Amino acid sequence: MINLLLFPIIIPFLFAILLLFFKENVRMQRVLTLIGVVLSLVASFYLLITVKTDGVQAITLGSWPAPFGISMVSDMLSALLVTTTLLLTLFVVIYSFTSIGQERERFFYYPAILFMVTGVNGAFTTGDIFNMFVFFEVLLIASYLLIVLGGEKKQLRESIKYILVNVVSSALFVITVAFLYSVVGTLNMADISVKITEIGQPGIITLIAVLLLIVFGIKGSIFPLHFWLPGSYAAPPIPVLALFGALLTKVGVYAIMRTYTLFFTHNIGFTHEILMALSILTILIGCIGALAYFDLKQIIIYNIVIAVGVILFGAAQMNEAGISGAIFYLIHDMLIKGALFLLIGIIIYVTGTSNLRKMGGLMKTHAPLGWFFLIAAFGLAGIPPLSGFVGKLLIAQGAFQAGNVWGSIIMLASSLIVLLSVMRIFIYAFWGEPVELPKTNRKSYVRMMFPAIAMVVLSIFYGVGTEWLIPYMTDATDVLLDPSIYIDAVLKE
Amino acid sequence: MELLMAILIGVLFTAAVYLILSRSLLKIVIGTGLLSHGAHLLILTMGGLGGASPPVLAEGVTDFADPLPQALILTAIVISFGVTAFILVMAYRAYAVHKTDDMNQLKGNDEHD
Repeated sequence: MINLLLFPIIIPFLFAILLLFFKENVRMQRVLTLIGVVLSLVASFYLLITVKTDGVQAITLGSWPAPFGISMVSDMLSALLVTTTLLLTLFVVIYSFTSIGQERERFFYYPAILFMVTGVNGAFTTGDIFNMFVFFEVLLIASYLLIVLGGEKKQLRESIKYILVNVVSSALFVITVAFLYSVVGTLNMADISVKITEIGQPGIITLIAVLLLIVFGIKGSIFPLHFWLPGSYAAPPIPVLALFGALLTKVGVYAIMRTYTLFFTHNIGFTHEILMALSILTILIGCIGALAYFDLKQIIIYNIVIAVGVILFGAAQMNEAGISGAIFYLIHDMLIKGALFLLIGIIIYVTGTSNLRKMGGLMKTHAPLGWFFLIAAFGLAGIPPLSGFVGKLLIAQGAFQAGNVWGSIIMLASSLIVLLSVMRIFIYAFWGEPVELPKTNRKSYVRMMFPAIAMVVLSIFYGVGTEWLIPYMTDATDVLLDPSIYIDAVLKE
Repeated sequence: MELLMAILIGVLFTAAVYLILSRSLLKIVIGTGLLSHGAHLLILTMGGLGGASPPVLAEGVTDFADPLPQALILTAIVISFGVTAFILVMAYRAYAVHKTDDMNQLKGNDEHD
C-alpha cells in the first residue's frame, strides 16, 4: 500500500470524471458524490493512522529515484489537512443537496467540487514545487467555475476580478519557480532545501523567499494582498463560499508555512520578520473590516482575513509552541469557518436578507439555530473549552518566548474584536423585536441544519479532545521544525 | 544572449502591467496574454540558453539543451491557454449581461450600506 497517500487525491478525481457522464441525473450525481467523498475520507483516516505509526510517507511517481521524479509526501501536517478538507467537503456537499438548487446541480456543480478537492489535497500532499503550481491551477480553475456558476450579474462582475488576480499571481508563481530553478537547479522540495542549505541562503534566495511570500500571500489573502477577497467571496452562493472560505486561503497559508520552514530557514531575521509584520497588519485590517460591515457575509469574510493573520503570526515564531499553535489554529479555523458559513447561510435563507439591520427576534422562532450559532461564535473567539482556545494560547506562548510581546498582545486583543463582530450578528439577528419572515420551507431548514450542527459538534469535540490530539500535533510540529525528517523521508539515503 | 532575453522579458512584463491597469476588459485580457508569454520565456531563459542540439536522444550528440524547462513551459502554456479561453468567454458573458467593458463601471456596492 505505498500508494495510500495518493488515494485522497485520486478518488475525488475519479468520481469527478465519472460524474461528467450523468449531467442531467441529479439524484445519481448526489449519490456518487457522497460515495466518492466518504471513500476518500476513509482513505485519508487510514493515511492519518499510517503516518502516525510509521512516520512520514513519501513516494516518487513512476519509481524514479527521488530528486528526478515527482515526489508526493504526506507528513502529519498534510495528512491532517487532507482529512479536515474531506470532512468539510462531506458536510458542505450534504448542505448543497438542499440549498444549491437544481439549475446549478445540472451544470457540473458536484464535479467542480470534486476537482477542487483534488487540487486542494494535491497541493497539501505534493513534494515538488512545480507540481504544487499545477495543483494550484487545478483547484483554481475548478474554483473559477464554482464562483461564476449560475451566471448572476454580481457573480460575473466579481469573478472577473477573482480570475484576473489569480492569473497574475499564477504568472508570478511561474516566474518565481523559474528564478528558483536557475539558482538551485532542482524542483523537488526536499532537494531544494538541501541545496539552499549548501549555499547558505545568499541574497537571491532571500529575494525568492519574498517573491514566494507575495505569490502565496495573494492566494492566502495577507495584507496588503487581501484586496480581492471581500468582493469575490461575497458573490457565490453559501455552500461555495463555505468551501472557499475554509479551504482556498488555507492552501496559501499551508504553502507559506511549508516553504518558510523547509526552504528559507537561514536568514529568518529578515524573512520571518517580514512575515510577522505582515501577519500583524493582516490581523488589524481584518479587525477593521469585521467591525465596519452590517452584512453577515462580509463580517465572516473579514474573520477569514483575521484568522490567516493569526496562523501566520504563529508560524513566523519558528519555535515549538508557535508552530504547533499555528497548526492547531489552522485546523480549528477550517472547521469553524465551515460551520459559521453554513449557519449564516441558514440565517440568510430564513430571513431572506444578509443585512443585519433588517433582522431581529429569530430566537423566538429558530432557537436551535441561535444556540448553535452562539457556540460557533464562542469557538471562533477562543473561549476556553471550545476549539479556538488552545491554538491561540500556544501562539501567544510562542510569541512571548520569542520576545514578540506587542505582536501577541495585538493578536490576543483581536480575539475581543472577533467576539464583538460575531456577537453583533447574534444580538441583531436573534434578539430584539421579531421582524416579518418571508415564507420558507420548514423541511429544508431542518435539512440544512443537520450538516451545520454536525460541523459545530465536530468543532466542540476538537476543542474538548485537545489532549487526545496533542500527539498528532506534536508529530506535525516536529517535521516542520526539523526539515531533516522530511528530507530523509523523501531522499531516502 | 541571456541579457538580451532578460531585457525582452522585462519589456513584455512592462507592457503586460500597463495593459492590465487599463480600463478596457479586452486590453486586460491581452495584458494577461503578454504576461504569460513573458513568464514562459523567463522559464526558458532561466533554464540556461546553452546546449547545441534539441533534447532528443540521437547518435553521437552529447551537448543537449536542458529538457526540464521545456516540459515546464509546455505545462504552463496549456494551463494559461485554458484559463485564457475561460476569461474570454466570461468577458463575453459579462459584456452581454452588464452592457459595458469598462472596468470602472463594473463595480457595485448595491447590497451593502
